[in-house]
Amino acid sequence: MIDIFTKFSGQLFVGLGWTILSSVIALFFSLIIGTVFAIMEVVPSKIARFIGRAYVEILRNIPLLVITMFFYLVIPKYVMKINGFTAGTIGLTLYTSAFIAETIRSGIQSVSGGQMEGARSTGMTYWQAMRYIILPQAFKIVIPPLGNQFVNLVKNSSVLAFVAGFDLMYQANSIASTTFDQINSYLVVGVLYLIITLPLSYYMQYLEKKLA
Amino acid sequence: MKKKFWLLPLLACVLMLTGCGKSLSDQSVLDNVKESNTITWGVKGDVKLFGLIDVRDGQQKGFDVDMAKAITKRILGPKGKAEFVTTTSQSRIPLLKNGNVDAIIATMTITPERKKIISFSHSYFDAGQSILVAKNSSIKSAKDLNGKTVIGVVGANSVENIKKIAPRAKVIELQDYAQAMNALKSGQGDALTTDNGILFGLAVQNPGYEVRGGTFTVEPYGVAVNKGQTGFTKAVDKAVLEMQHDGEYNRLIKKWFGDVPGFKYKELYRR
Repeated sequence: MIDIFTKFSGQLFVGLGWTILSSVIALFFSLIIGTVFAIMEVVPSKIARFIGRAYVEILRNIPLLVITMFFYLVIPKYVMKINGFTAGTIGLTLYTSAFIAETIRSGIQSVSGGQMEGARSTGMTYWQAMRYIILPQAFKIVIPPLGNQFVNLVKNSSVLAFVAGFDLMYQANSIASTTFDQINSYLVVGVLYLIITLPLSYYMQYLEKKLA
Repeated sequence: MKKKFWLLPLLACVLMLTGCGKSLSDQSVLDNVKESNTITWGVKGDVKLFGLIDVRDGQQKGFDVDMAKAITKRILGPKGKAEFVTTTSQSRIPLLKNGNVDAIIATMTITPERKKIISFSHSYFDAGQSILVAKNSSIKSAKDLNGKTVIGVVGANSVENIKKIAPRAKVIELQDYAQAMNALKSGQGDALTTDNGILFGLAVQNPGYEVRGGTFTVEPYGVAVNKGQTGFTKAVDKAVLEMQHDGEYNRLIKKWFGDVPGFKYKELYRR
């Protein structure tokens, strides 16, 4: 295992870099998109609620690999050229955003209805109440499940391997097939994924304790 | 300190896996296949002309598959059964090592690196690496690939070869040939590289694409078996030689490659 690591450390760190980059981009955008669609799912407007619902249900019920392949093979053919890394990261962002939207929606709905009524009765508009009263409480509630989604996102980034996105899993396949040492190649990569996901898990636990 | 405990079960799993591999390679494959009257072959499932799953009946069909059937009959007698397991370039060696298949006949080049961990029969097909491009492409041969994106397949030695002939080419590795072909069609790369036999198969399926520039490596295909299975390797060698002597080999070459436009199949004849 150490042999593989020392011999291919350059290749592995390149993979680690792409995995982290893809995860950070996907995490940032999926959180924003997810929050937008979560709010759309709870606003009074029926049309907005329908669009929010449709977005979430379609994206979270299609396998990530299918979404990614769509961006890798179909979009370049008819719309614009995008490479494997971009296709994989877009797929990852959209897929995760659907789960994050669901998570945050459940948080918003678990904030007692009296909070909204109370805020409105002090003269706040609907959006002010949402921004200053409801969302801060909702985020606090959903930190544990949100942490789950983030860890899943990092692991799901291995979908990049299927579209030549140069991530950790891609390098693992490549190393395994040049050394023929499958067990150690995938063990090394497993440990490298833990190096990303364990601190993330612990940070989310720390946030949970700090804010609770 | 506490955190180290989860390493133990992980280690145990790995040791168990290694243990399995050893016990299997101690058994004689030749005895096993004679007892069960069946040889399990690892073949390709997505390579036209060599091993392609026919969607109509779910059977693998191709030159490799017919070779496997013929070798089986010559080792086990007319009643011997050949079973087929679909493999990819990436999965074929692990499947052989862990005993899921008895032998691999899946467009596999005999290379010194592979010889260190598995054994090969004598070569049964002479392929050479080439490139497949769109008919309107400006790429004339593999030397024009510098600065271009080349698509290969994980686990195939063609990826290493292209780095030697065109060092500044950007190489991306995909999971199998079907996916590589789709990526080429979507413009994710400028050329697809692998052995000419496979490329001609892809060109037959995809009008608008052609094999260019001839071959730039020699890729002798061999039947792969596990290390130490001398009896089985000899039996395979004998069967392949017999087929070449009595003309069955040439009949199979003609059957599969006779109608491929641009492919000089008569150069492959052996006697």
